[in-house]
Amino acid sequence: MRRARRSLVFLLVLIVGLAGLITYGVFRSDATWTPKLALDLQGGTQILLAAEQTDGESVSGDQLQQAVSIIRQRVDAAGVSEAEITTQGNQHISVSIPGKADEATLQRIEASAKLDFRPVLSTGIGIDLTEAAGEEDAAAEETATGDAEAAIDAGDAPADENLDPETIPESAGDLAWITPALQEKFDAFTCTSEEALDTRETAADRPLITCDETGTQKYILGPVELSGDVISDATAQMATTSTGATTGEWVVQIVMNKQGTETFGKISQRLFGAESPQDQFAFVLDGNVLSAPQMQAQILDGRPSISGGFTQDSAQALADQLKFGALPIDFTVQSQEDVSATLGTNQLSAGLLAGLIGLLLVVVYSLFQYRALGSLTIASLAIAAVLTYLLLTFFSWRQGYRLSLAGVAGIIVAIGFTADSFIVYFERIRDALRDGFGIESAVEHGWKRAFRTVLASDGVNFLAAAILFILAVGNVKGFAFTLGLTTLVDVVVVALFTHPMMTLLARTRFYRSGHRFSGLDPQRLGAVYRGRMEFRAPVVGKTASGKRNARSQKEAERRQTIAERKAAAGASTGKES
Amino acid sequence: MARSFAEFGNALYTGEKSIDFIGKRRTWYLISIVLIIVSIAGPLLRGGFTFGIEFTGGSQFQVHLSEGQDRDPAVAERAVLEVLPASAPRVTQLGQSDIRVQTEALSDAENREVTAALAAQYELDESEVTYSYIGPAWGQDVTRQAVIALIVFILFAALVMAIYFRTWKMSLAAIIALLHDLVITAGVYGISGFEITPAAMIGFLTILGYSLYDTVVVFDKIRENTAPGELNDRRTFAESVNLGVNQTLVRSINTSVVALLPVGSILFIGAFILGAGTLRDISLALFIGILVGAYSTIFIAAPTYAHLREGEAAITKRDAKVRRLREQRETGGAGAESEEASTVAE
Repeated sequence: MRRARRSLVFLLVLIVGLAGLITYGVFRSDATWTPKLALDLQGGTQILLAAEQTDGESVSGDQLQQAVSIIRQRVDAAGVSEAEITTQGNQHISVSIPGKADEATLQRIEASAKLDFRPVLSTGIGIDLTEAAGEEDAAAEETATGDAEAAIDAGDAPADENLDPETIPESAGDLAWITPALQEKFDAFTCTSEEALDTRETAADRPLITCDETGTQKYILGPVELSGDVISDATAQMATTSTGATTGEWVVQIVMNKQGTETFGKISQRLFGAESPQDQFAFVLDGNVLSAPQMQAQILDGRPSISGGFTQDSAQALADQLKFGALPIDFTVQSQEDVSATLGTNQLSAGLLAGLIGLLLVVVYSLFQYRALGSLTIASLAIAAVLTYLLLTFFSWRQGYRLSLAGVAGIIVAIGFTADSFIVYFERIRDALRDGFGIESAVEHGWKRAFRTVLASDGVNFLAAAILFILAVGNVKGFAFTLGLTTLVDVVVVALFTHPMMTLLARTRFYRSGHRFSGLDPQRLGAVYRGRMEFRAPVVGKTASGKRNARSQKEAERRQTIAERKAAAGASTGKES
Repeated sequence: MARSFAEFGNALYTGEKSIDFIGKRRTWYLISIVLIIVSIAGPLLRGGFTFGIEFTGGSQFQVHLSEGQDRDPAVAERAVLEVLPASAPRVTQLGQSDIRVQTEALSDAENREVTAALAAQYELDESEVTYSYIGPAWGQDVTRQAVIALIVFILFAALVMAIYFRTWKMSLAAIIALLHDLVITAGVYGISGFEITPAAMIGFLTILGYSLYDTVVVFDKIRENTAPGELNDRRTFAESVNLGVNQTLVRSINTSVVALLPVGSILFIGAFILGAGTLRDISLALFIGILVGAYSTIFIAAPTYAHLREGEAAITKRDAKVRRLREQRETGGAGAESEEASTVAE
């Protein structure tokens, strides 16, 4: 009795405390009164990226975190507010952008590939020569052919299908990389062709045929000489003269780390003064040439700058790409979803409608099955709903949780599971009544057994939700989260509300007298052998003797009925044998 | 109905009325084996499962139309062909006001053009067109994770149950019933040609939790009935198990109904108002799974458990004793009756 009141008070404190915390958050922090919605409910763009290390190894947690922060910088750089970037599982990154994301932002996120430096071996015009033949193109063609001849001379490679030279050339800038077969492929290559999309597949230690971003220039590049992660910073700035005056020209200033400084120094020594186009050094992002500047000096301090017709915007864009592309991880877009705001709103209201109908049906059914006791189910479900709502709002504020459509489904499904724990409890009380217990002791007795069952079954359910949450990707996570949360809420509500309320109700006249609408009418429940209106008499007392009395009563009753049953069963088995 | 239902519960509880779930187990096994064979052979004969775009990769557009607007699929088809003459778009009407168009995987630029063309053809704002792109690896990734989740869950759940019930045989019986549910639910999907989407997979994985949840409740009662203190010389082990199933039968029915009501309402709303989508896919798998799960708890899990235990020497011995005593009581009872009769005669 006292314990029941204490439980109720504790629950009240819990709810008021949670509500108070959120109220505080709303006024003093960035909390909201409702859980934040995921993009499938509010409209927006959701992109799921898969990260893969280029050497085929699995991506470490640290690297994934680094990738997240890099993507966050990119998205923020685009001025998108409230973008959500999170890791999912051990190789997925989910990017959620409210509203419709513009093309530039999308490209910036998706262009999040590996940045490499490769020497330029040969160049050509990337558009189809047969269609756009002109003097200029022909000249470019000649250069390329010239290079090819040089390559044949130098490498002495046989003209077979092998794209790799027989002997591995000494340096990455060696023209021996260009075998006749590679040259043939290069000649046939156009930037608009299908192959142009596959350039990122090329291995780091092999030459690469690719185009620049605009698709007008094509290149043969040597193997990777330096990877992008040596870049520690890249900024767009005005070029200055030695006296410090600005020249008005935009350049991209790069700062390299120690290892990069060393290697780049050697490369610049080789490239400086080399014959064109072999004096060019290409920055390759996602298999496409970002920029292929000529080496105009030996750069030994690791602070190269790229100049050449930049506007402020183009310089800034290149600087961003260099800085943020310096991650040795490849991303592939696994799924992208643009959900219109109307569709999101529709789905939310449909989800809520489904929940409401489901709730109503459960309420009607439990009133039908458990009469007035059904009202306790309704009250418990209401408390569970309040608690779930507060917790979701709280997690949305503190943990950045967002309610998705799958999450809504999880909550609706949980209505059934939650109501089930009441059914288990009520059935146990009924069982105890059938055993001859008085209402009050039946409630206690039923509770002891029911709570154990509720804990065990909710434990299994929670285990399922937890494993789903940890392992699964995408909207499975949202579903698992709400399912797990509501399972915990269920245990709390059953223990701190339903049971204490039942204890208190059992003392009211309505239930104690076993009113026929109470759902606990001992007579209808078959608490037999005790004459009309006398069902309370033997076991109301809480004393030990009362209990013993109840037990013996129960035992006697069971013997009798079972004996009857066995007699019948025995007769039938007798026939069978 | 409620009245008779409660009375039905009483009769089951006291054992006055008893449905012989355990004794007729061969029948249930046979039914389930047939169902499982159909579930495996059916999809094979139909040519495998129907996978959603999430597994095959591709682009999907969903156009939201206002009520009463003409939803002619040909319009959408025209719009797509305008942009991509070589493509073969699949156009379906969705729910009450949406059109869904599926194509092969499109590039960003193509996607924008198609979006614009669809919006123009239906005279809508571009914001009413929802676009999703799914890479070919996405479905495989989801599947792999789901399979890992499935295996990890089964191992953990088996362990947890074995500890809780203190017998691995209950755990094994519950897992057998669980696999039974998964195979049959998947079979229903395969045979009926429902699309398997990641959302449907969520449904499948939730069945894991539900199926065991249901089994745990019934097994808890069975454990109580077969606890050393509760076993008496009047019931064989199998009969004790059977009594447990009967005593929880009303609960099982009520629980399944209560679980099905909300799931059914999502299914209804999802299918008829929204058309295909997360809500419908989750709830469809769950609806089937809950039905199969309720069946398997009673007809498969409990009989399997009794079956597993019956071979144990201690139980065989005790069962034999119970049967012997019962026979004695019967003949003794008959003797007493005749005695009584003779007393009356005197």
